[in-house]
Amino acid sequence: MSSGTISNKERMQIPLQDMPEQDPGARVNNFSEVPLGFEEAVALSESMRCLDNCKAPCIKGCPVGIDIPAFIKKIEERDFIGAAKTLKKYNLLPAICGRVCPQQEQCELVCVIGKRGPSVGIGRLERFAADYERMSGSVDVPEVAPSTGRRVAVVGSGPAGLTGASELARLGHKVTIFEALHRPGGVLVYGIPRFRLPIDVIDTEIDMLKKMGVEIICNAVIGKTLTVDDLFAEGYDAVLIGTGAGLPYFMGIPGENMCGVYSANEFLTRVNLMRADLFPDSLTPVFFGKKIAVIGAGDTAMDAARTSARLHPESVTVFYRRSREEAPCLPREREHAEQEGVDFKFLTNPVRFIGDDNYFVKSMECMKMELGEPDASGRRSPRPIPGSNYIEEVDTVIMALGFGVNPIIKDTTPGLETNKKGIIVVDSATGKTSRDGVYAAGDIITGGATVIKAMGQAKVASKAMHEYLMSKEPAVATK
Amino acid sequence: MPYTILEKKELAPNTVMMQILAPLAVKKMRPGQFIIVRVTANGERIPLSLSGWDTEKGTLRIIVQAVGRTSTELINLNVGDSITDVVGPLGQASHMDKYGTCVLIGGGYGTGAIIPIARDLKALGNKVIAIIGARTKDLVLMEDELRTVCDRVEVSTNDGSSGVKGLVIDVLSEILKKEPVHMVTAIGPVPMMKAVSEMTRPLNILTYVSLNAIMVDGTGMCGSCRVEIGGETKFACVDGPDFDGHKVNFDELVYRQKMYVPYEKKASELYACKGGCK
Repeated sequence: MSSGTISNKERMQIPLQDMPEQDPGARVNNFSEVPLGFEEAVALSESMRCLDNCKAPCIKGCPVGIDIPAFIKKIEERDFIGAAKTLKKYNLLPAICGRVCPQQEQCELVCVIGKRGPSVGIGRLERFAADYERMSGSVDVPEVAPSTGRRVAVVGSGPAGLTGASELARLGHKVTIFEALHRPGGVLVYGIPRFRLPIDVIDTEIDMLKKMGVEIICNAVIGKTLTVDDLFAEGYDAVLIGTGAGLPYFMGIPGENMCGVYSANEFLTRVNLMRADLFPDSLTPVFFGKKIAVIGAGDTAMDAARTSARLHPESVTVFYRRSREEAPCLPREREHAEQEGVDFKFLTNPVRFIGDDNYFVKSMECMKMELGEPDASGRRSPRPIPGSNYIEEVDTVIMALGFGVNPIIKDTTPGLETNKKGIIVVDSATGKTSRDGVYAAGDIITGGATVIKAMGQAKVASKAMHEYLMSKEPAVATK
Repeated sequence: MPYTILEKKELAPNTVMMQILAPLAVKKMRPGQFIIVRVTANGERIPLSLSGWDTEKGTLRIIVQAVGRTSTELINLNVGDSITDVVGPLGQASHMDKYGTCVLIGGGYGTGAIIPIARDLKALGNKVIAIIGARTKDLVLMEDELRTVCDRVEVSTNDGSSGVKGLVIDVLSEILKKEPVHMVTAIGPVPMMKAVSEMTRPLNILTYVSLNAIMVDGTGMCGSCRVEIGGETKFACVDGPDFDGHKVNFDELVYRQKMYVPYEKKASELYACKGGCK
């Protein structure tokens, strides 16, 4: 790699370029994206912070192994489309990853200059390149290999399904995605709010898949509408399961079924997928009071709290049984929530809900908690302080306690090995399940992780599926 | 592929039967399972039970009574129109066995929903008695078709214009006095299902009810449809819709069904006003 016109010493003197954001006071009145992206000049400055002749530990830090210095160099050379093309060699959905990846735990964590100051804003640059290409109006459709004559069914159109479909289509296989809901995108559409991931970003990526020849069938619940065995009988040669972890957990405390108590999934689905924020122009309602309690402090809790903040409540409060340090959400999401007026009550846990005469929640009894010894997860385990019970006035409660996996595929696919939690057991090097020709990726094999990890697993599975597909003759439909 | 309306027939005021093309949804449909539809592109997802389907033709048959915005929009569509989305089959199929004598009770839309169940129970060698009720004779639905799949059909009307004067529960009470009954299934309004369950409880008769909870996705993802069954929370969409009537917390279900009443009212008013008023 040539050293270009500026030295590494000069590169290290360039400060981290901030990404401008919508003002908190303005953004709680809309669902538009909060970080506004880089202007070209800002992206150029940021790209120059990436050192020449660096050993690039960032590549290993990326779950899909993007050649990060290469795409950043393209930006520095003002070849923004080239940067997007470089990204897409490794990851067909860079506009999504640039927004929702936890870069500070991955590529940016190991960045060489990060040892002495802020790391290169890799995620911000990834987003810049992908957005530049999208805004240019000519999104590059990756070349598709000549048809192999093999057909693959992909179950689910979230991060794992979309990635698997794109990789397999690129290799020349005929791919059909089956999606249970009425529109594709999975958690990217029903879960992640628009102000974090605008819908046109997802639609652009899905359009690209269609242009690559991928067919998407919505309103098809695999396990109900058709089983995995039906797919093979219809002539599919292999199946990739990417159904995610979409089953909401509740606490099992009294009053949890009261009106006004939602799972985060339901609340977010009503607003994100069904657009309850536009009611009655959109016909799906969401019940929404004045004092909102969000239980839990993961990323989904932040999504629920920040979505709540945009529905004009008097207050939104996150209740978490551990302390701030243990909160599993991304720090930037917690900061965004705080900027938008979300309050946090740490070391506080609800023990029951109290309703009015019409069974609507009107308050919750909480207990104060203290932290004991670290538990199996390494986090200090919370325990209630006896006698600390008190009442919080709330009229909407959103439970964001994590997710389980949906049992529909497990229950309808004989011979598919799962663990006690219903998670599909796979060989991690190939994504291969206990059923011949059936592979799995994403939260269905982990029980819940990140978008990019799901994509990484889908890439691994696609590679193994390609080898499997090419090792046998194309299937013939038996019905 | 569009979900086209192939046939439409008015059964009673504000109540229509429709045949809709939805091949994928009916491919593996079994009695007791349901579909979720979206009528328009900005529409809500609502669950509907089926009064029949044809796997060969790829059609399904629904009976819809206009009670709110979405159901009104649906019955206002005509043959050749299509609805935006149909997904199915959802939920668990009804429990099928050779019970002996089965009494199936249908109210409103439930009158259609008991037809496929009756047919399969009969095929298994059960004696099948249907009880259907309505306010008055003109509102009694599907009586003739039910007679073709049941051993006996009993009708009740509030005004006595057809069958027994009274409620379905009065007919059930008489049957239980006269003959042994081994299984009861009730589908319809919650007060009716609750009354049936209360009547069969002291007699210890196996009783199923089909719970029409409010749903969004219908695949177990949201928990909108959670119901309390024997003190445990279940999701009507994936664990049901059929549950042991003696274990259902009906009062909670009624409260939860009313959760969006003010919203439904607003949406309906706006729709009704579309023609003229502001």
